Amino acid sequence: MEHYLSLLFKAIFVENLALAFFLGMCTFLAVSKRIETAIGLGIAVIVVQTITVPVNSLIHQYLLQEGALAWLGLPALDLSFLGLITYIGVIAAMVQILEMLLDRYFPALYQALGIFLPLITVNCAILGGSLFMVERGYDLGESTVYGFGTGLGWALALVLLAGIREKLKYSDVPDGLQGLGITFITTGLMAMAFMSFSGIQL
Amino acid sequence: MATQSARLLLEPIVDNNPITLQILGICSALAVTTKLAPAITMSIALTAVIVGASVIISLIRHHMPSSIRIIIQMTIIASLVILVDQVLQAFAYELSKQLSVFVGLIITNCIVLGRAEAFASKNPPWPSFLDALGHGLGYSLILISVAAIRELLGSGSLLDVQVLPLVKEGGWYEPNGLMLLAPGAFFIIGLMIWAIRSWKPAQLERPEYRINVVHRTESR
Repeated sequence: MEHYLSLLFKAIFVENLALAFFLGMCTFLAVSKRIETAIGLGIAVIVVQTITVPVNSLIHQYLLQEGALAWLGLPALDLSFLGLITYIGVIAAMVQILEMLLDRYFPALYQALGIFLPLITVNCAILGGSLFMVERGYDLGESTVYGFGTGLGWALALVLLAGIREKLKYSDVPDGLQGLGITFITTGLMAMAFMSFSGIQL
Repeated sequence: MATQSARLLLEPIVDNNPITLQILGICSALAVTTKLAPAITMSIALTAVIVGASVIISLIRHHMPSSIRIIIQMTIIASLVILVDQVLQAFAYELSKQLSVFVGLIITNCIVLGRAEAFASKNPPWPSFLDALGHGLGYSLILISVAAIRELLGSGSLLDVQVLPLVKEGGWYEPNGLMLLAPGAFFIIGLMIWAIRSWKPAQLERPEYRINVVHRTESR
């Protein structure tokens, strides 16, 4: 239990995908102008990340890993080079399925998340989460916790930045820094703040 | 025609740079720039993928049904990335370890899909090739400059050759550790955008809100 708690804490704060690994930066900078939209995208990312990382973990363990196809009588087969194309396919398919399910059973939520769901397919935080899971060899339980944690951490950083930017538009910024420039500097300061978590071990 | 080609090739390098103006492909630009060597490898990898993907997509543009074009483009890009990843693992294993997941993340790099969707799927192969090469070079320019600044200030070396002698080895340069950490990358790109936009004022963004200056004197 403690192991999972420590992994969760690490995924949310210490190794925040947005602020420590710069993943999903394009959407991070583009969708952080208003808090409401940031919350919508944040929730969508948490949901998709919590589903896709464990699914990719299962696929990696039982289909792609070296020797994983032993149950088919092919113990020498190593399909891990197909990883990249499989993970992105799984992510695209999951997003599509999720979109249809939400549309059918939770129309209100679908309306709220609507435009963000397709965007998530090309969000590198999602693919990055799956690739880190493979690189570090997490099992099913760990990858579920890791997926949820990284999603939550990314969403947290996004909402915080949106809050800062809503205030920032009333301040007097030098012309050349206006918009993108000052956003980078702000994100840098946020990354410094998040680094203060780095010494903490649970 | 020659000027048209030159424009396609040169415009994305400074005037319409994918990173500093279009806010695309930033993820990898920040993560692999702590040292110059991985940044150069990453630049070559991305340029190869974007050029390959643009030319292939442009060649088959009349045969793609528009409803499934995104998934076709993703498949082509993913196959090219796997190819690049395997080549790197075969010939530059150490570098590919340093780049870790970021070679794989070229798939979701918005520059590649963006050019495929916005340019290559509507234009013949040769202009698509030039456009992709220009965007690849624009990306590489920013990546390599950021990496050069970070490696020089952060560890006093360039391409692992010691340029500034460090204090702990009897020299005079005290390395700035912040440059090697995540925040340093954000600050450098922010300042670089400031510099480019001061040089090319056409790229300035209009503020959403301005403090209203009231023209009224105290005497009234």
